Amino acid sequence: MSVAVAEPIRPAGPIRRLMRRKLAVLGLVVIALVLGAALAAPWLVAYAPEEQMFDGLTLEGAPMPPSAAFIFGTDLLGRDLFSRIVYGARTSLIIGVVANGLSLLIGTAVGLLAGYFKGWIGAVLMRFTDLMMAFPALLLAICLAAIFQPSLWIVAMVIALVNWVQTARVIYTETSSLATRDFIAAERTLGASTGRILWHHILPHLLPTIIVWGTLGISTTVLLEATLSFLGVGVQPPMPSWGNIIFENQTYFQSAPWLVFIPGAAIILLALAFNLVGDALRDVLDPTQRGRG
Amino acid sequence: MTAISPISGATPAPDLSVLTVQNLTVSVTTEMGAKPLVRDLSFTLKRGEVLAIAGESGSGKSITALAIMGLLPPNVAITDGGVRLGEIAISKLPEHQMRALRGDRIAMIFQEPMTSLNPVMTIGAQLVEAIRAHTVTSRAQARLRALEALRAVRLSQPERRLDQFAHELSGGMRQRVMIAMALALRPQVLIADEPTTALDVTVQREVLDLLRDLQRDLGTAIILITHDMGVVAEMADRVIVMQNGAMVEQAATRTLFAQPQAPYTQALLSAVPRMGSPARPAPDGAIVADLTDVSVRFAMRGGVLGRVSHQVHAVEQVSLQIRKGETFALVGESGCGKSTIAKAIVGLVPHSGRITIGERALSDLDSAGRKDLRRQVQMVFQDPMAALDPRMRVGDLVSEPLLIHGIGDAALRRAKAAELFTRVGLSADQIDRYPHEFSGGQRQRICIARALALNPQLVIADESVSALDVSVQARVLDLLRALQREFGVAYLFISHDMAVVENIADRVAVMYLGQIVETGTRAQVFTNPQHPYTQRLIAAVPIPDPTHIRPPVARLSGDVPSPVHPLGQGPLKLHLTDIGQGHLVAR
Repeated sequence: MSVAVAEPIRPAGPIRRLMRRKLAVLGLVVIALVLGAALAAPWLVAYAPEEQMFDGLTLEGAPMPPSAAFIFGTDLLGRDLFSRIVYGARTSLIIGVVANGLSLLIGTAVGLLAGYFKGWIGAVLMRFTDLMMAFPALLLAICLAAIFQPSLWIVAMVIALVNWVQTARVIYTETSSLATRDFIAAERTLGASTGRILWHHILPHLLPTIIVWGTLGISTTVLLEATLSFLGVGVQPPMPSWGNIIFENQTYFQSAPWLVFIPGAAIILLALAFNLVGDALRDVLDPTQRGRG
Repeated sequence: MTAISPISGATPAPDLSVLTVQNLTVSVTTEMGAKPLVRDLSFTLKRGEVLAIAGESGSGKSITALAIMGLLPPNVAITDGGVRLGEIAISKLPEHQMRALRGDRIAMIFQEPMTSLNPVMTIGAQLVEAIRAHTVTSRAQARLRALEALRAVRLSQPERRLDQFAHELSGGMRQRVMIAMALALRPQVLIADEPTTALDVTVQREVLDLLRDLQRDLGTAIILITHDMGVVAEMADRVIVMQNGAMVEQAATRTLFAQPQAPYTQALLSAVPRMGSPARPAPDGAIVADLTDVSVRFAMRGGVLGRVSHQVHAVEQVSLQIRKGETFALVGESGCGKSTIAKAIVGLVPHSGRITIGERALSDLDSAGRKDLRRQVQMVFQDPMAALDPRMRVGDLVSEPLLIHGIGDAALRRAKAAELFTRVGLSADQIDRYPHEFSGGQRQRICIARALALNPQLVIADESVSALDVSVQARVLDLLRALQREFGVAYLFISHDMAVVENIADRVAVMYLGQIVETGTRAQVFTNPQHPYTQRLIAAVPIPDPTHIRPPVARLSGDVPSPVHPLGQGPLKLHLTDIGQGHLVAR
């Protein structure tokens, strides 16, 4: 005996529903622009980012404000700020997306396993997390960065390794409460394997939290990279990153504000764009929110 | 507010109405505009009267109570009509004046006493605070009044209770404290919103008796909001039946039960499970599940080193057999270990002793064998919303057992889900929806469909109809019976509701403190209960018949003994004696 069933009715895919949200589309456009700029950097800029130009300084040796020749002005060494911002986008994207993504991955895995298994697995994982938390992240990052030869990828790894702890804590708490819910007990009585429960029934419920922490993490990690760069253990000068542009120039904030404002605005814009997309993604992916706007 | 003298029981004015509700309409503001939750409701409450507002979930009965108290949630408001308390139009009062009346002249107790008490304040401090919020008295005098109130609700050791916290009291004791708090100021009107729904049946009995005494002694008028027609029949002078926010019938209790006028009232009354259904022969099939001396103990750790110092003896050496095609009911009050047995059978908690399903003992199986065993035993939980993953489509949920056990391909599983949907009375084209798009009863049907997907021999129904409205409950019970006839499945039916058990069970076991005190066929246990605990349980069930006169039963005091024992000690094992034809009773 079988009953004929119509093919699943899928009113609109998640991507289409995402595209209906104006703010999300705005965020996507900003991200695409930054990504495009980072990829096409050599063709976009008129001057090399490391080039110290004689024309880039006033006769007194001060940086030049934005003008037709240098649309974002120049920095203390007479380098074109626009070029540095565009090339810096590469660094910042790698830090904000790769390092942050990696730290989310570690944090989610640790929190998920510790929260679901409890017992000695949970105890070991969470005590380790507490240990990492108790350590000043910056100190740890400096140690790690000092041991390894500083390079962009090493900095990204270091940031991922110190930044996952908060995510792990939050995911742990949420998983522990999800694990006691009836529908998880129901899955266990059906004979579902642990992997299936974690992947299909717990992880989807953690998505909103992961997305929120992921978007929050972008600005934190970009700034952490800037801090490390400032301390000399991050991205090595003259390679630009949005964070180290701010740090290099912060003492001249009064006389040359654009040197801080423009890279600052770039970080805010990128973080905001990810935030908008993340927010929309969270709603679109939540079936219980369907039809509630 | 003390100017308004507290009412005295000595001078009752019989026909004086204390509360008038006139054309009350309450609406919620939504994106689609205002939607009425209560429509054009009018009634009066006389001094010393018990008025029941009965109805199923979503009928607007709780919203009515909150509207009277002025405690409506932010997006809900009274849009028409009003409420008068004596001469005061309380629905028009500003919040600070309403606050002065609340507790003093009109009080409310809620369903869940734990959430209504502040967990970080002692009982005494909360009572004193409530009293001093309305009357100018010293702290010491307020404490005396608090003590007096606790005595009035017959709480054991009232002096000690004043210094205890909410978590140190049992559910029934907490509800007594709530009633004491509500009555400390001798309000004219007490609104009780499902005051006994969260309580065990014997505790419910005590709380209902208490409410009736207080109403008689103090002359307090009570609005009793309940879905339980048994409680209505025993408590109320007058009944209002509500459906979808509107009153469908209003009558004196006896009249309503004898001659219900509205079709909805008739349907509601006929759906109420009643004790005394006709006997049917107990099936005598093969044994599906065999439990021998099954114990479940939970360790309690204490001391600096976290050593196990005590054990909770949740289930203590229980033996029972469930046969093919029969419904075996486990009854008992909360904490008696009935759900723990279910969890042990499906392997959610570790056990000692022997559980055999079909031919195989649970303890002999490796993980593959245990997975295979899952196909034989399935479980339906109490709260269907909680038991369904809210992020999955219901069709995927129902066919998931097949996926887990690697049966069929995607198309076959989908067809099977659709088939199961039609079997449990849902439409096959609903399988792409999500759980929140269904009603409570429909969700429980989905859970039943999922439990049947693997054609199990045994389905454990753990309080599976307790959270449902009576009419829905009746339909789900019908469905369970029909499915049993069709598939020959055995049910382990776990419930605290004696009336439901009496309706569906073939055999019954009564549990108390982790042990079975009496077991036998339904007829043996219900018509000839031998153990005092069984007798008490049956006597405590509210009977939906206002003409029924309850035989006087001695009121119990004191607490249920604790199932916690120091390591190495344990409860005495009860020995069951056969008093004839398999009717076993603990002596």
